[in-house]
Parts: sequence; C-alpha cells; structure tokens
Amino acid sequence: MNRALHMAGQFIVIVALFAAVAWLSDHPAYRQIPQGSAVMMLTFVHGADRRGECRRLSPEEIARLPPNMRRVQDCPRGRRPIYVELDLDGRNIYSASLPPTGIAGDGPSRVYQRFVLPARTHDVAVRMRDTARAEGFDHERRGQIDLAPDQLFVIDYRPGSGEFIFR
Amino acid sequence: MIGAIRSALRTGFALIEQPFDRLFGPALNPLAQLGALGFFFFWIVAVSGIYLFVFFDTGIERAYQSVEYLTRDHWFHAGVMRSFHRYASDLMVVMVVVHLLREFAYDHYRGVRWYSWFTGLPIIWLLYTSGITGYWLVWDKLAQYVAIVSSELLDWLPIFGEPIARNFISTGTLTSRFFSLMVFMHVAVPLFLLFIMWVHILRISRPKVNPPRALALISLAALVAVSIWKPAISQGPAELVRVPAEVGLDWFYLPLYPLTNIWSNGAVWAFLGAFSLMIAVMPWLPPLRQAKPAEIDLAHCNGCTRCAEDCPYEAIRMVPRTDGMPFPSQAQVNPSFCVSCGICVGACPSSTPFRRTQDLRTGIDLPEFSLKALREKVVEVASGLKGPARVLVLACEHGAAAGRLKGTVVLPCVAMAPPSLIDFVLSRDLADGVAVAGCAESACYNRLGVIWTEQRFAGERDPYLRARVPRERIARIWASALAVKRAEQEIAAFAARLVTLPPKRLRSPLPPSAASRPEAREPAEARGQP
Repeated sequence: MNRALHMAGQFIVIVALFAAVAWLSDHPAYRQIPQGSAVMMLTFVHGADRRGECRRLSPEEIARLPPNMRRVQDCPRGRRPIYVELDLDGRNIYSASLPPTGIAGDGPSRVYQRFVLPARTHDVAVRMRDTARAEGFDHERRGQIDLAPDQLFVIDYRPGSGEFIFR
Repeated sequence: MIGAIRSALRTGFALIEQPFDRLFGPALNPLAQLGALGFFFFWIVAVSGIYLFVFFDTGIERAYQSVEYLTRDHWFHAGVMRSFHRYASDLMVVMVVVHLLREFAYDHYRGVRWYSWFTGLPIIWLLYTSGITGYWLVWDKLAQYVAIVSSELLDWLPIFGEPIARNFISTGTLTSRFFSLMVFMHVAVPLFLLFIMWVHILRISRPKVNPPRALALISLAALVAVSIWKPAISQGPAELVRVPAEVGLDWFYLPLYPLTNIWSNGAVWAFLGAFSLMIAVMPWLPPLRQAKPAEIDLAHCNGCTRCAEDCPYEAIRMVPRTDGMPFPSQAQVNPSFCVSCGICVGACPSSTPFRRTQDLRTGIDLPEFSLKALREKVVEVASGLKGPARVLVLACEHGAAAGRLKGTVVLPCVAMAPPSLIDFVLSRDLADGVAVAGCAESACYNRLGVIWTEQRFAGERDPYLRARVPRERIARIWASALAVKRAEQEIAAFAARLVTLPPKRLRSPLPPSAASRPEAREPAEARGQP
C-alpha cells in the first residue's frame, strides 16, 4: 500500500512537471506587432550599374589575351551602390545607400526593411537611383495603400521591367 | 563572482534534491538522472519522429494538411506520437539546461572534466537547430514566424547572396523542394547530435545513458497522460500575405526569437556568440587547482584491473606488463583524465593498512595523500577519541561531515578508504565504531564513490569488507554539504547505539603496536591478498 502510494506520488510529480513543460511549449502567446497594426516591407535585390564605363578593347589588346579569355569590352567589375528612399504620408521614413554585395563588390545590392504601421490608409512613395546620376531618381512609384490589421504589404522591385511592385 | 553563483546554485540544488530524494529515493531521483533522461527523451523523439514521417508530406500545400490529418483523424496514435515528439523535445531542452546548471553548481566542469563540459556546447547548438527545423516543417503560423525570424537571423550573417527571408514574404517563391531540404536537415542534424552526445560521454566510465527502468516507465506514462490532456496541435495554416501576429511560442526552443524584435539580429548573434564563448572558456575561469594524479607502484601491482574497473573517469587502463613480473598487464594512469579522487586506492587489494612494512606502499596511490598518510591520520585522530562510544568519522570532502573538527578524517572521496581500513580501525580498537560520511547518494561528487562503498561493504564488489567486521559498528551517512545537522544527528545516534552494543570480539592476531613496527615481517594479507 505504502509502495503504491509512493509510486502514485512519483507519478503525480512527474506528470505535473511534464504538464508545466507542455503548457510552456505554446504559452504564453507572443504578439510580435501591436493589435490593429500591419507590416510594410521594403525588400528587393537589384544590381546597380557598373562603377565605370566599359571600354572597347583594341584588336592588339584582344590578341594579347589568352584565346579562351578574349572579349571585346573591358568592364570594371564593381557595381555602384543603390540609393533608395521611402516616404510614408509625406514623411521620409527610410533612406539608404545600399552597397553591392560580394567580396569584389560586384554582387547585387539588397534591402530588407520592415515597418510596423497602423492599419489604415497611407500614402507611400518609393524612389531609387541605380545609375551614375548624382541628382534625381531612376525609378519611382507613388500610391495609396489600405492596410488591414496583420496584413503584410510588400514593396518589391522587378529588375526585368524596371518597376516597383506593390503587393 | 563565479564562485558565489556556483555556491548559490549548489545550495538551491541541494534544497531541491532533498525532497526528491525522499520521494523517489536516490536511485530514481530524476535530478541524479538528467543525462540519462536526456538520452531517453532523445530516443522518444527519434522513434516518434520516424512514426510521424510515415504520415508527413513534404509538399508546400500538403505539409500542413498531412500534419492536421495525423493530429485530428489519427489522434489516438499519430496525434499522441506528435505530442510525444514535441514534449520529449522540450523535455530534452529542460534536461540539458538543468544538467548544465547542476554540473556547474557542483563544480563538475573544471580540471580534467573540461572535456565533457566543452563537448556539451555543440550539443546545445545542435539540439536547438534540430528543434527549430522541426517547427518549420508543420507550416502553420508558428512555422511561418519561425521561418521568417530564422532566415532574417541567417541573413544578418554575410554568407548568403540573396536574403533567404524573401522566400517567405509572398506566395509563389516557396517550393516543395524547400520542405524536402528542411526534412533532410531535421533528420541529419539530430543524427549528428547523437554522434556528439556519444563524444560527450567518451571520457566517462559507466555513463548513465539509460534511466532506471521504473523512472523510464513513470516518465513514459506521464508523457502519455500529458499528450492526451494537452495534445500538440498546429496554429492555423501559414499565410504569407499576413503577418503571424500572435503565435503560441515554444519558450524552450524559441526564447530568443522575440528578442530579435526588441534588440536586433546582430545583437542576438552577439548574445549567442558571447554565451557560447563563455561556456567554452568556463572550465578555465579560473582553472581548478587539482591534486597530483594517482601513481602506479609496479612492485605492488599485480594487474588485477580493479582500479581500472572502479575509476569513474576512464583515467586508468590496463597495458601489457613492462617490468618482467609474471602478470599479463599493469595499470596505467592517464594524468589528463585523473581527478585524484582516490577511488582507485580504495579498490587496490594492496591497499591494506595492516601491512607492516616500514614504508606502507600500495599498487596505486595519491602522491599528495597517500595510503600511508591516511593510515597515520586515522591513527592520530583515533588516539584523540574519548568516551564510552568512540566514533571515527571517515568523511568525504564534499559531504556533510567535511567540516567536522573532532574525530574526523577527511578524504577526497569515501571510496578512497579501502574496506580493510574499517577492519583495521575496529580490530586495533582504535575506535568503537566507524561512520563513513559521503555525499548525498544522488549527488556523489565523484559519481561512483557512494555506490562502490556500498557494494564493497555489502560484499558485492572487490575489495570486500571482511565478514568478521561487525556491521553494527559501521554507519553509512550520505548527506550533502547542506545537511550538516542531519549528519551530526546520525553520528550522535550511531554513538548512542554503540554504547548499547556488547563488547567487540574482533581482534587482530597481532598487537596494536605492530602497525608501526618497522622491523616487522610483512604478513600474507599484505602481499595483495584481500
């Protein structure tokens, strides 16, 4: 009888410990954004123009190259940084010069920024400069977005068509 | 600072272990089986994972549906297995964390024990990687959250050309192949984890990789009960156009994920790096001052293997004889594994204090606290005992009696005392009784000291305590350093019992003074015969 009681006590203690572990396996809940808010994300991967102009090689220069490495143009390897700006309701909330990736700086620039916003209508403007120009922007898009609670709104850039995508 | 934290933790563990010891007994105390329970839960996770894989579909759409199917339609077997899989994984984390804290509290991580501590670090990383990839596979809202935060963390490292987190911001970018990759990782990483778990226990003699059967059965029954009471369920399908705003986090595997929101990904990596570095260097902060390792005296070693059998740290191995004596092997100590606990001295059949050679030698001995020094100390302390019940206490330096001043000989481990030492004390009438006071049974500082002592006294393990030694004149007190009061009470009760006993009849055939007679002949029992 005593042994049975003892074992029952052991079982109850173990069950209680395991139950606490089971409860903590999904409680308490975690809320990553406030209620009534949404997330706007600015993210794209895009390679800017090369740092310098390509130079056409002379026939002599081409002839000096190994046969398997002959090319017509000599282009600098590195890319320019991309400059991007994001306005929300007429106020700038993000501006950055995005350096090219890669050890030699020849990879695309990338951005991945998230903004937690109240779920309502917002005016959004996004601009990007990816060429050698010092002023102005090469790509721009403005629009009005209507964010629902917990919505994920993404601003992407499609290099093929050269335009920003709102989705 | 570290010492103060360790001391506080040790006090905490000792306080928790006492009621657990009372309820479960030392053999079943879960706190003394943390490593074994960790292995046990690993196997539960492995078996339940294989079972679940039968039902799981790696398709982008079908992953969630297949998990729902096994959870809802087949709740009574596959659903229970899913709960097993999750809760046993969580329990493994609990075991690992408590095991780590306990080993730290009991100072089991410095000196030659650095190896097990150090190899525990990759176990933590691999365990977390295994768990996180598992949460990913369910492809519910929690999986979406885990996928996004994990990939954002990985994107912070300059190793991926394109942010992998972009795969989880819109539908169409994710393919079923990605789930196949995750399944592969969720299988491969645990396999590697198992390999490192094996590496982790390489330097431990008789590692506990299986809990006692009764504890395993109770744990299994408890898992069934909890799985039925609170089955593991999904949190709704992942929707990439919506933010998984509120999720039920697994706080064992994902406690750092919310921090990415509060700090930054870089800060979380810095924290993880600092934590790992701290764990890695802790064995040398500061380094443990360790006594010199045990030494072999080949003239007294007949290669009986008992020291190698009893060493809890794999520090002794038997090698071919090198001195031409007619024995096949001899003991060899690996100094980098030896913690100088002296258990080997207690195991050696040559370790008998009855030897009357001028210089008491044994087959294996501690240079800084030799058997000869132990015998001299015992004789010296016993000579100061007075009263109707003279109790000599042989105390472990980590146990409750270590701080006693009178009538006590402190040893690195009580198993250093060969059983013949008890015989010696009683037969020479140095004391009326001997109290052997070691660590708490479930928390032996040198892992096996308490067990070996009990088995030697019970005649179950060489060297035996001779049958002629009156057992009623021996007290065994297993109490942690916190239980000083209890130990004193038990010693007092033992002394009171001794008074009521009839006079001892145990007598040595030789006069007491012979022990220190240098010119005396060496008796047969001193030639290594137990």
